[in-house]
Amino acid sequence: MPGCGPSVARCRCQRGGFLSAPRLVGLPEERGRPTATWRMGRCPDGGGARWGTRVPKTPTWTLTEHNQSPEVSMEMIDHLECLALVDFRNQEGVQRLASAIQFANQLHVVDTEEVEPMDSVLENRPLYLRADEVTDGDCTEAVLSNARQAVEEYFVAPPEVRGDLACRILH
Amino acid sequence: MMALCLSVRCVKALENRTWRCLTAFRRSRQSDAGRQDGRWERVVGLEVHAQLCSKSKLFSGSQVQFLAPPNSLVSFLDASLPGTLPVLNKHCVEGAVKTALAVNCTINKRSTFDRKHYFYADLPVGYQITQHRCPIAVSGNLAYNLCVGKRHVIPKFVRIKQIQLEQDSGKSFHDDVRTQTLIDLNRSGIGLIEIVMEPDMCCGNEAEAAVRELQLILRTLGTSHGNMSEGQLRVDANISVHRPGEPYGVRTEVKNINSARFLARAIDYEIQRQIEILENGGKILNETRAFDYKSGQTIFMRDKERKQDYRFMPEPNLPPLIIYDNETLPSNVNPHQVVNIDYIREQLPELPNVKRRRLVEKYGILVEHSFTLMNEDGLVQFFESVVEQTQASPKKVIGWVINDFVALLKQNNLRVNQSPIRPTDMSEILNLLENGCITSFSAKQVLTELWKNKGKTATQVVELKELGLIKDQKKLEQMCQCVIEDHPEEVSEIQKGNWKVINKLIGQVQKASRGRTSPTLVEATLEKKLFQRCNHRNED
Repeated sequence: MPGCGPSVARCRCQRGGFLSAPRLVGLPEERGRPTATWRMGRCPDGGGARWGTRVPKTPTWTLTEHNQSPEVSMEMIDHLECLALVDFRNQEGVQRLASAIQFANQLHVVDTEEVEPMDSVLENRPLYLRADEVTDGDCTEAVLSNARQAVEEYFVAPPEVRGDLACRILH
Repeated sequence: MMALCLSVRCVKALENRTWRCLTAFRRSRQSDAGRQDGRWERVVGLEVHAQLCSKSKLFSGSQVQFLAPPNSLVSFLDASLPGTLPVLNKHCVEGAVKTALAVNCTINKRSTFDRKHYFYADLPVGYQITQHRCPIAVSGNLAYNLCVGKRHVIPKFVRIKQIQLEQDSGKSFHDDVRTQTLIDLNRSGIGLIEIVMEPDMCCGNEAEAAVRELQLILRTLGTSHGNMSEGQLRVDANISVHRPGEPYGVRTEVKNINSARFLARAIDYEIQRQIEILENGGKILNETRAFDYKSGQTIFMRDKERKQDYRFMPEPNLPPLIIYDNETLPSNVNPHQVVNIDYIREQLPELPNVKRRRLVEKYGILVEHSFTLMNEDGLVQFFESVVEQTQASPKKVIGWVINDFVALLKQNNLRVNQSPIRPTDMSEILNLLENGCITSFSAKQVLTELWKNKGKTATQVVELKELGLIKDQKKLEQMCQCVIEDHPEEVSEIQKGNWKVINKLIGQVQKASRGRTSPTLVEATLEKKLFQRCNHRNED
């Protein structure tokens, strides 16, 4: 990105500034606890404000070793390929899958006994109910403009991955 | 060895014949009250998807309409374009709550949405938003009535496991000319309620009766039109059989059923098919079958052995749906954002079984009659208006309404609200009948006449067509005399002592008078004349 250092993340806030991530400037004491300061740098088009953060400077947790290697069988690969339509058919793919599963399995170390799973951080927000009115639709051209192929205002489906004639009876 | 020599057509013909024989055998043996015929226990469970009646879709503001130009009712959310978010339709939630209350379900005041993933061309986003873990309602029961024969009605129950809100998928059409599949997303995103029933039923007739009752309930509530042929109500049946005392057998799922009648046939066929296979030592495979209405058979669709993994995950874009009742309703919340169970319960219309019971108690009609009245839209109001305006008893009125009026409707393929005969016309005819101005035969003629010519009253028609009862005794005697003279053989039969032949003479008088004579009066006159004749003869 022009005008920015090598390790800077661009912030998409509307103020048009950018966050300089690793450059921690100053350590003002706040209530006796050291806090890091994320300074808003100046962008060519202006902006700039100071943000506070409670994210600690050094990690408060340590990495635990979780050495158990997962069992990845050919049946599992077939099943996952079917579900995700991704080709695993090479050794590199299998290894990558195994390491991905191993990485994710570290979650099992955390004790979640009697803790209600959280689906979303919005769980205490009320779900907005919309009134039953027609406010959308009627934009056939726009909707079809993304289609690779269209026939008389219908989308044309790509050829089926698993040809199943009988499925068509359903619709 | 013989089997090898038979051609494919012969085998098919044999199969069909076997199927027809088995059907006849099954009909003669089917016990409607029990689930076993001594050898097999049948288990049938239904999953019903009903399209909700709303102006806009479940999560987007596009219109809901049955026939529309392809892809014209599609918003960016329905087309699964990135950057769109689902926003729940309040009317759909109310519809689901109404339905749940009508089938005595417990409403979950907190329910959540999930994503069900699978790949299909008519589901461009790759998942369907449904309620898997925590649906909007659970544990209900549907009371329905099984008609056995013409007069006997058995009340039955089927438990409802849950009711959930979900999205509909688009529609795919196979274009044979160009061998491609065309997708129309007009239907994608329309709100559906899925009603999952426990496997409490045991035959096609029970399933058909349950579905018909559900359709009636949905239409009464206004939640769904419940039209199976238009795809507004879709029923999938799960069927298995097992020996009494043993655990449940492997089940198959039957889809693609587009009428209640076909549902019964599909279930019965599948039960028979499974019994045959098991009795011949085979195994039932866990598969999905489609019903082919032309042959009346279920055919293999797809293998369910490897269980489809839908990878359910909570829908991250929708917080839990909270539904209130009078107790839990907070005071500071916007009323447009509130779905109140108690308020909806108060607004529920009279449910079908309550209405039927009321009709039977109030008018003294038979239970089957109440069913016929409820099955036609508007017939109950018609019947009640006629009863109000006529002196005839409701029991007489019901016969005329159900037999004659409905027959005319069916002949002309009209609904009650399109009928040229109003309740006042009907009640006028029945009043004339009660007062003895016309016979029932003439009344039928008047009815037909009024059907054809609107704008005339019954009395006018009676005068015009001279359908009034002949009360003039002299004329009656004249007619009887003619008939006696024209039928000497019958007269001699009667004089020998065979009085039953007099009915034939009465019939002749009726014919001659075009049904304008009262049979009792005719019989009395004829008897008098014949008696006189007898006496004359004796004197001779």
